[in-house]
Amino acid sequence: MARTGVFICHCGHNIASIVAVEEVVKFARTLPGVVVADHNLYSCSEEGLSAIKTSIKQNNLDRVVVAACTPRTHEPLFRKICEEAGINKYLFEFVNIREHCSWIHAKEPGPATEKAKRLVAMGVSKAALLEPQAETESSVTPTAVVIGGGLAGLTAAASLVAQDIDTHLVEQEGEIGGHLSRVSVLAPEFDESRKLLDSLMSGLAGSEKAHIHLRSKLKDVHGFVGNFEVTIDEHGKELKIPAGAILVATGAQEFQPVGEYGFGELQGTITQLDLEKMLSEGKAPNRTVFIQCVGSRQPGREYCSRICCNTSLKNALRILDLNPKAAVTIIHRDIMSYGTAWEELYRRASERGVRFLRYALANPTKVTRKDGSLLVEVYDETLAERINVEADVVVLATPMVSRENSGDVSKMLKVPRDKYGFFLEAHVKLRPVEFATDGVFICGSARWPSSAKEVMCQALAAAAKAAIPIKRGKVIIEAITAWADPDKCAACGNCVTACPYEAVEIATQDGKQIAKVNDAQCKGCGACVAACPNDAMQQRGFTTRQLGAMIDSLVKNALEAEQ
Amino acid sequence: MHKDVGQSGGLAMKQKVVVIGGGIAGIQASLDIADLGYEVHLVERSPSIGGRMAQLDKTFPTNDCSMCILSPKMIMCAGHENIHLHTYSEVTGVTGKFPKLKVTVKHKARYINIARCTGCGDCVAKCPVKVMNEFEEGLSKRKAIYLPFPQAVPRKVTIDAEHCRMITEKKCGVCKKVCQAGAIDYEQKDEFVKIGAAAVVIATGFDLSDTSKLPQHGMGVCKDVVTSLQLERILSASGPTGGHLVRASDGMEPKKLAFVQCVGSRDAKAFRYCSSVCCMYATKEAILVREHVPDINSTIFYMDMRATGKGFQEFVLRAQANYGVRYIRSRPAIVQPAHGESGVLVTYETGGAASEQLTEEFDMLVVCPALVPSKGSVELAELMGARLGEDRFIMTPSLRNPVDSTKKGVLVCGFAGEPMDIPDSVAQASGVAARVAELLQEAG
Repeated sequence: MARTGVFICHCGHNIASIVAVEEVVKFARTLPGVVVADHNLYSCSEEGLSAIKTSIKQNNLDRVVVAACTPRTHEPLFRKICEEAGINKYLFEFVNIREHCSWIHAKEPGPATEKAKRLVAMGVSKAALLEPQAETESSVTPTAVVIGGGLAGLTAAASLVAQDIDTHLVEQEGEIGGHLSRVSVLAPEFDESRKLLDSLMSGLAGSEKAHIHLRSKLKDVHGFVGNFEVTIDEHGKELKIPAGAILVATGAQEFQPVGEYGFGELQGTITQLDLEKMLSEGKAPNRTVFIQCVGSRQPGREYCSRICCNTSLKNALRILDLNPKAAVTIIHRDIMSYGTAWEELYRRASERGVRFLRYALANPTKVTRKDGSLLVEVYDETLAERINVEADVVVLATPMVSRENSGDVSKMLKVPRDKYGFFLEAHVKLRPVEFATDGVFICGSARWPSSAKEVMCQALAAAAKAAIPIKRGKVIIEAITAWADPDKCAACGNCVTACPYEAVEIATQDGKQIAKVNDAQCKGCGACVAACPNDAMQQRGFTTRQLGAMIDSLVKNALEAEQ
Repeated sequence: MHKDVGQSGGLAMKQKVVVIGGGIAGIQASLDIADLGYEVHLVERSPSIGGRMAQLDKTFPTNDCSMCILSPKMIMCAGHENIHLHTYSEVTGVTGKFPKLKVTVKHKARYINIARCTGCGDCVAKCPVKVMNEFEEGLSKRKAIYLPFPQAVPRKVTIDAEHCRMITEKKCGVCKKVCQAGAIDYEQKDEFVKIGAAAVVIATGFDLSDTSKLPQHGMGVCKDVVTSLQLERILSASGPTGGHLVRASDGMEPKKLAFVQCVGSRDAKAFRYCSSVCCMYATKEAILVREHVPDINSTIFYMDMRATGKGFQEFVLRAQANYGVRYIRSRPAIVQPAHGESGVLVTYETGGAASEQLTEEFDMLVVCPALVPSKGSVELAELMGARLGEDRFIMTPSLRNPVDSTKKGVLVCGFAGEPMDIPDSVAQASGVAARVAELLQEAG
């Protein structure tokens, strides 16, 4: 029989002004297995904690239930006290009678007290069935693999190497650089990309920690955080790299607007990257028209690609630098020059005489060829007039789209993508460079089109996240993981499908097929338990028996109250 | 508990990093730097960490509850064995050079024995002095002894010395009488601590610009004009109206709401730059008000609809299609009261082929002011020797090291560097952690 101690917290007036704490204490003393029940003004105060500790020792307790506030903030504290008093921390059970009783039922003290009693009874019945658990530790291979050698991957790799971490940079092309090699200057400060590239490479070139794999492709990935095995094809040769963390920096690609505005048919209609090439050769047309949102912000591809307006502003200014008499027009729907530097660039372009015309999706712009030059017919929304602009070059500012091979990377790493094929981070607000899968990180335009500075900040962020488990040298797995009972498991695979973390697989054990959970990957969400038709899947700390005992207790108390 | 996280045995002392500013950027930077094994001293001027994000109701474009996603990070910060919180504290001096900086931190007297205070709130309930509540953006009152908001970290009260009657007049003393924990200390003095730090991170965020200087937008002229941050508080379930959307003049539930973008920003006479986040939060707020008043219709007056992030454009389309949000590309020229003190009349040019000047009535108007570097950040940058850009944000001029200020070992993340949204701030904050690790590796 368990020896359970129950400690009910007043939380000052927070709980005690609504819930009759002493009545709950008296009730708790009647519950099976309860050796001692007491109350504290603040269970979490130094005084309250030492009272619990003393009680554990004096009464030789082996289960502790605290009824107070929320486990979210206070469970670690009470677990720690249990450990200090010599009890396994998984033998602690938390009951929330503040949020669930006194706060939500502040106007009904009587029923709030009754509810508190029932919740305490449920906690006590579960506690009796709790089992001690050991947290497992798993080592971490002190190596990172970065996939993609563009600005994102290169920045991440340079940072990891500067942090003294063994780093493999995997690039499918014959040289490092990605889009950086195709763009000569970077907005908004007109940094030379060659210099940036050289500076980043110099960090890698001299270091024995850096391993660059050119003409190499990701072939296969196995394992979990700290213990991945990454297989790459290095121009025909297969190479297996054990790694602690993986960074995805595969970038994006420029959308080719085949058939739009005469692209591919009318001479002089080009994309932004074509223009970059011209400008890098010192060629600046006399008359240039940029058309924004070609292939974006329209049905089918609704998104704004974030960088195209700013790229056009940069290139408009470069044209004027090379050819001061040039006429430059930017036809747009909204100028997306957010923040300080981009707005400054927009202002400079306006001051330098770049003409801005605004079109609407409903009134499309037409490009034709007439008398040796291109004719752009645009309906300007501001002037409410149709305007004809003659041009030598029409630059179609198209969005960045996901790389054609991003689907393969997604499958191999088991990480999700959004409907446009961009990789989907763990949380769009607060985990921008992480995947839900531990140990795999994302940065740069593979996640979302980003400016050079944004790409680099994200790359540094991913490098920090990857460095954390590597520097720590171990990952600790909280013991609330799932396991399958081999006698009941029919290897149906429902759990494999249900698991959002790819932690379950069907494996052979003693000649029998059975679901096997990888503890390092399991997050303890319980999805597999719910999906199991045979009651074979169980979760530590939340077993069917334990939860069943809670429900039994609730029903029993409810029936007694009715009688 | 073991104290060896991130340390590979040999090093006797962890290198220290001071992070200034306890908003989401400072919190994330602290967590990552601490996880990398360094000792972090997080200095926050106000009584609690959390910053601006703590004031927000929900976040775009997923409408995640802001506090629900922030609060766990705040708690992680407080519980992290490598993080020391210095709340209600300010950095007052820095000497030395990277990697041997000496940072002086002033612990302002909060007149509370932190070790004893349990945050129960008994003192707050009994305090007789009511003061303007800055967390609620002036929409309600707080007490002179207060917890800034229910989820404050640390959960310790603070006495506002300027308004406490015991401190100003030696009268009252009620809080001391009711405190069962014996935590009130009217004799407490400011304390100064010196921290030998290898690097400093500035994450001081933003303030709203002073809209009273722009009366043409109706602030201070019409009762039913609020700032976007005031609207966040009004929409928040824990806010001054308990989440009920009502206007100030007569307590009526508005049915017709207007938002004005670029108030003071993208304006040569005020702030030239774009504040980056207003288009999206206005769209979010226009969607959220429908959850409070099902038959409300919102109009957003804007210049360019800058929906450039992941899911942003779709968010705007959804606002138009499903939430009755009307977008008008126009900068209202005049905002006046409509009927006596209630409602607002907005005069604007419609634009397009048949452009005309219209005066339209709205029940309530929300201004989206320019967001400016937070109070004191300019002085702080000067103290650190970090240069400011023309728009007074802290410069990060080297693309190669995009989170470095002009001063070696002084790094910048979040809005303190330039206007940006939460995910960009969080990414930069983590980026700062990598840069700290690089610099300290280099310094040995």
